[in-house]
Amino acid sequence: MTARAMESDRQEAINVATQWQLMWWRFRKHRLAMTSLVIVILIYLVALLAEFLAPFTPDEFQADYTYAPPQRLHLFLETENGLRFQPWVYGYKVEIEEEALRRVFVPDEEVIHEIGFFVSGVPVTLLGFLETDRHLVGPKDPEAPMFLFGADKLGRDMLTRMIYGTRISMSIGLVGVALSLILGILLGGLSGFLGGQVDNIIQRVIEFIRSVPTIPLWMGLAAALPTDWPPLRIYFGITVILSFIGWTELARVIRGRFLALRTEDFVIAAHLDGVGQMRIILHHMVPSFLSHIIAALTLAIPNMILAETSLSFLGLGLRPPIVSWGVLLQEAQNIRTVATAPWLFSTGGAVFIAILALNFVGDGLRDAADPYAR
Amino acid sequence: MPVERQLSAEDLLLEVRDLHVHFPLDEGTVKAVAGVDFDVYRNRTLCVVGESGCGKSVSAQSILQLVDRPGRIVQGQIRFHRHDADGSVTVTDLAALRSSSRALRAIRGRHIGMVFQEPNTSLSPIHTVGNQISEVIRLHLGEDEEAARRRGIEMLERVGIARPAQNYDAYTFELSGGMRQRVMIAMALVCSPALLIADEPTTALDVTTQAQIMSLLQELQADFGMGVMLITHDLGVVAEMADDVVVMYLGQVAEYGDVDRIFHAPAHPYTKALLRSIPNLDFDQDIRLDSIRGMVPDPFHRPAGCPFGPRCDEVIEGRCEAENPPAFSLGEGGSVRCLHYEEVALS
Amino acid sequence: MSSTNGTLLSVRNLSMFYPMRAGFLQGHRGEVRAVDDVSFDIQAGETLGLVGESGCGKTTTGRCILRVVAPTAGELWYHPREGESVDLARLDTGGLLPWRQEIRMIFQDPFASLNPRLPVLEIVGECLKVNRGLRGSALEERVAELLGMVGLRPEYMRRYPHAFSGGERQRIGIARALALNPRLVVADEAVSALDVSVRSQTLNLLQDLQNEMQLTYLFISHDLSVIRYVCNRVAVMYVGKLVELADTRSLFLTPQHPYTEALLSSVPKPDPRVRSQRIVLEGDVPDPSQPPSGCHFHPRCRYAVDRCAEETPPLRETADGHHVACHLADEIELVGIHG
Repeated sequence: MTARAMESDRQEAINVATQWQLMWWRFRKHRLAMTSLVIVILIYLVALLAEFLAPFTPDEFQADYTYAPPQRLHLFLETENGLRFQPWVYGYKVEIEEEALRRVFVPDEEVIHEIGFFVSGVPVTLLGFLETDRHLVGPKDPEAPMFLFGADKLGRDMLTRMIYGTRISMSIGLVGVALSLILGILLGGLSGFLGGQVDNIIQRVIEFIRSVPTIPLWMGLAAALPTDWPPLRIYFGITVILSFIGWTELARVIRGRFLALRTEDFVIAAHLDGVGQMRIILHHMVPSFLSHIIAALTLAIPNMILAETSLSFLGLGLRPPIVSWGVLLQEAQNIRTVATAPWLFSTGGAVFIAILALNFVGDGLRDAADPYAR
Repeated sequence: MPVERQLSAEDLLLEVRDLHVHFPLDEGTVKAVAGVDFDVYRNRTLCVVGESGCGKSVSAQSILQLVDRPGRIVQGQIRFHRHDADGSVTVTDLAALRSSSRALRAIRGRHIGMVFQEPNTSLSPIHTVGNQISEVIRLHLGEDEEAARRRGIEMLERVGIARPAQNYDAYTFELSGGMRQRVMIAMALVCSPALLIADEPTTALDVTTQAQIMSLLQELQADFGMGVMLITHDLGVVAEMADDVVVMYLGQVAEYGDVDRIFHAPAHPYTKALLRSIPNLDFDQDIRLDSIRGMVPDPFHRPAGCPFGPRCDEVIEGRCEAENPPAFSLGEGGSVRCLHYEEVALS
Repeated sequence: MSSTNGTLLSVRNLSMFYPMRAGFLQGHRGEVRAVDDVSFDIQAGETLGLVGESGCGKTTTGRCILRVVAPTAGELWYHPREGESVDLARLDTGGLLPWRQEIRMIFQDPFASLNPRLPVLEIVGECLKVNRGLRGSALEERVAELLGMVGLRPEYMRRYPHAFSGGERQRIGIARALALNPRLVVADEAVSALDVSVRSQTLNLLQDLQNEMQLTYLFISHDLSVIRYVCNRVAVMYVGKLVELADTRSLFLTPQHPYTEALLSSVPKPDPRVRSQRIVLEGDVPDPSQPPSGCHFHPRCRYAVDRCAEETPPLRETADGHHVACHLADEIELVGIHG
């Protein structure tokens, strides 16, 4: 094929490209957003496959190792045959610190625990139906201590708990945003499409909700949740509370789009073509702002995650035994932890990375959302 | 009656030579201006005419280095001749200056004024007319508040704004489109610049308002004697306003010459076709319009050879596809980029 | 009313007032008289031009005829090929459905008027799907035929609007307007957004299609040279009122309204040898929410007498087919384009 023919093929591909293709081509050019997208996908994979990826289960504890510090991971083991790839960690030994007379863990350079892949451990159910006792990584000797991110006050593995926390924290964002989306599209759409009194009332309600300071409102609502609810119901209660405020922003975006689109020439043209009201909305109006909504949603997810984290941190959101990032951070919320077990804050890093990545993806989507902008 | 050409070097204000402006974009480099030459003289009006995307606006913007990012001047000279009161002439190459440099800022608004197409977006809605005019006066002429106000009101009166003292304190959104364009002109001319660049100054206006603004520009030119560079797509405006005409196509000057020759003895096939394709008000013309076949190619796919070649009715087989013709002189300062005039130029 | 006289549409006393609301309580603050008591007929097969400056109500008149908006008052009698005449002003969306197939619109902005998210097949074919129930290959065939008629290659129907230039997009818009074999096409500034060379192609196309399909055009434009070129008759509007209506030749050569005279003289002529003696009007077009008393044009009119400020001149016939709304039409001698 000649260069000219290839060029014209490329041009024709652009000519017949749909909105989504154009958006994807533009999004792809946004390096930071692409990198972040990969990270976000990885984070959600972690949430999905938590049972397999985590070395232990979140409630498994080793009472001998409360507040054990993180171990250093070594990748190569020296044997008589030379260096070979075999991750391992030192064991712990306990020393008494002279001034404070407290127990501290130091690496025991005599003991080497080998770490294996696909090791067998506690049986878990993967994706809800796969029974397995295999874990991606774990100590070859099930009794050996392995605390790559340290252990908490009960001797539970922080890494495991963080991986399990991903599930709740990342999904609460999705579920919350989905709820907001339903409310936002419904009320924002009605408001923008019908106009008049309906619009007036919905807009005043939105203004009212938005004028109430968020944290006290959340606190009030969260306090109203019965304490004897099972953890799962609490979880849904919290998502509903979060989306109760989240929808207002989306409703406004959608209303604005509807208002602008109602007088667009191509919508008038469809109207004159004899196209029915419902088809105009679904066929012409919704696809015109769907991409903007997706961008807005992506940017709303981190807010939801942060809201959950802050609520749980304040002790008003999720509570143990549920494992979420907010719950984990709440456990780190005392002076002793700050002084002696800073590794309990490692969850903060996970929150930071997730929020940042989601924000970058949202930015990229927003930039790509209107590929027809002139 | 052809205007007698009396262009002397003393009246030369601006010489643009071999100007190239490129926009490096993701899809490729757009050569918006690809080798443009023209001169502007004192007391004369140069009209730059062409269809959208021909580079006429970019050429004008590049004189004061106001080209939007990522566009930049990659080659060429823009020599501005500053005539001082004592008769001395300083020549500055504006293309060599940095866009934010002090030297260029001292020229903008002081020696070269500019009027844009959209008076709505070129004026600040949160400042009064007076704020905006007096800022120019104080910045460039160093006059105090009181003197600036007097001068500003005088200028508003000069551009035909009713109740100038009252409107001096008005906000621009309180004025009509035509009035706002007058304010723009007042701002551009308040420091008596030697050159006025007007980029489609009447395109956004109605015909009767356009007639007002064109008359005003002609009067002001007669009074101040400034050189005017007028960018337009409307051949009617060109015929009414121009002394000299530059016809642009795809970033190049297709033809250059005085207005009478351009309209009555056009040389370039593009100019001829353009003139044939405009509807005339006269009833004695043919009822069917001639049109140029095809359309302006998109900027990423410039044709090889003569840019107008693919749409031209007078193509010389085997040559026009291969050579981009240089400018051939037509005498009397006129020139044309078309191989048909190779011999004319040689003889 | 019947269609025996060859009249396609009779506009009678059409008015469109937009209420102005302001402030928190949305109080009524007067109204914008966009179209004020306008009457005219459109004859079958002609091109009627509607010309005026921005804000004169020409676009609103077009939109009332298409019933994009519901007029405040007046009648729009449409005379179908067969059967009783209907008053479009009184029909609801359902009742308008059959007539919207016969009266179609070409929009000004070739970018805003095509949905960028749909391929050409959908854009042109939607009205065929909805009104004729065409599907699949029958639809594709018809769209291909329409694209051919407007000078586009049939295989372009898979492309999206972003693949086309302004002129080509306008052709797509024309194909959409013609898909249902309309009788009347309202072209609202259909060529104003196009470049000179593309504009003439499009004007020629519109004329060819008119001959082929026996179309009637209501051609709304601010550009007098385009109006001169395509229209048989011209109506001039000023601040919501019709001020003059005549056949093109007599309007351009012997205008009878001072505003028309000024409008004609303002158009820049593309010939440097006839640099015109422009009549430069004083002041601006008045605000249509507070039009001047009497004749709306009197504050800017150089012929105005006291009577003009008091009495609104009615539109009356002064010569055969030449209507003008000016008290002084018989007394003053106005200059057309040859003067």
